[in-house]
Amino acid sequence: MANPLSQFEIKPLIPIEIAGIDASFTNSSLMMVLTVTAVTAFLTLSMRGRALVPGRWQALAEVTYEFVANMIRDNVGSEGRRYFPFIFSLFMFILFGNLMGMIPFSFTFTSHIIVTFGMAIVVFLGVTLIGFIRHGAKFLGYFVPSGVPVVMMPMLVPIEILSYLSRPVSLAIRLFANMTAGHTMMKVFAAFIIPLGFLGGWAPLAVDVALTGFEFIIAFLQAYVFAVLTCIYLNDAIHLHH
Amino acid sequence: MPQLDVTTFAPQLVWLAITFIAMYVIMAKVALPRVGQILEERQNRIDDDLDRAATLKEEAEAAAVAYDEALTKARAEAQAAIREVSDQLSAEAAERQKALGDKLAADIAAGEKKIAAARDAAIGQISEISGDLTKEAAEKLAGVKVTDKAIEDAVAAVMGARAR
Repeated sequence: MANPLSQFEIKPLIPIEIAGIDASFTNSSLMMVLTVTAVTAFLTLSMRGRALVPGRWQALAEVTYEFVANMIRDNVGSEGRRYFPFIFSLFMFILFGNLMGMIPFSFTFTSHIIVTFGMAIVVFLGVTLIGFIRHGAKFLGYFVPSGVPVVMMPMLVPIEILSYLSRPVSLAIRLFANMTAGHTMMKVFAAFIIPLGFLGGWAPLAVDVALTGFEFIIAFLQAYVFAVLTCIYLNDAIHLHH
Repeated sequence: MPQLDVTTFAPQLVWLAITFIAMYVIMAKVALPRVGQILEERQNRIDDDLDRAATLKEEAEAAAVAYDEALTKARAEAQAAIREVSDQLSAEAAERQKALGDKLAADIAAGEKKIAAARDAAIGQISEISGDLTKEAAEKLAGVKVTDKAIEDAVAAVMGARAR
């Protein structure tokens, strides 16, 4: 375990192969299943009482619900209500994935570029599809900035298209890089604690304690950023503002 | 870097799809409607309570208005009754006073008549006495017999001059 990157290794637990595709149940899959289970438990068990005046857990579940609902209302407006379950699922999936990755010896599936890219490309394709369904060919007008001289168009339109296409890439890399960098850094400092001995080991330990708190903030913040950017992209597709 | 190991991409994507779709279905069909329903119920309950409070307030205000009206009406009625009674009383008093005044005036008039009669009688007696006195005085002092007629005339002349 000396290698700080070994924590990101995918270990197949149950080898499965369907139609020639490797679908093994891995440590990553296990954390994904646990994330879904935890989110479901959090939302259903806390609401079991259906109390008019909520208790602690119910209040927490309601706050989470309203947090995402307000995020969509502020960034997308009333048309965004239809996409509330998707954005809520996305936010909670990433948030719980990040938080459960903070448990020692567990695995952070959001630290893998293929997972974050998979989510980002779904958002990107979905948003583009919604734009074309709502506005048809007029959605292409999104790439033509308004109030700009026609001479500038040959230069600006490719830039707009490029910036639009880079959205899923930046979305995926932001989450993956944040999680990977944070966990790697913690591991690097942790590796120094024992070799530096009883006297010198305190310094990297203190850094790791601080990093742990920092990582919890990052875990929330990156889930929030992913969800907010999804809302903003959705708003662009629905309202075509530029 | 394990993240760049392409052979792990397929199982990760497969399980991402499975778990995320499961997550979406559970959230959309079970978890979120339940939370939303409770939030809505609470909002409805609050709205209902506010509505009921507004209704009760209106009712209370209406009752206060009715109370004020009844009070004003009762006060007006009481004042009317008092006025009626006092009018009646003052009318009776005036009547009684008038009757008393009339009686007094009649008494006064009767008294004055009596007094006038008494005075006339007294004046008559005075002229008679003064006639007799004059006759006696003239007989005794001057030894003159004066006729009754002359004395009467003389007395009447004096009395007439004096009397008013």
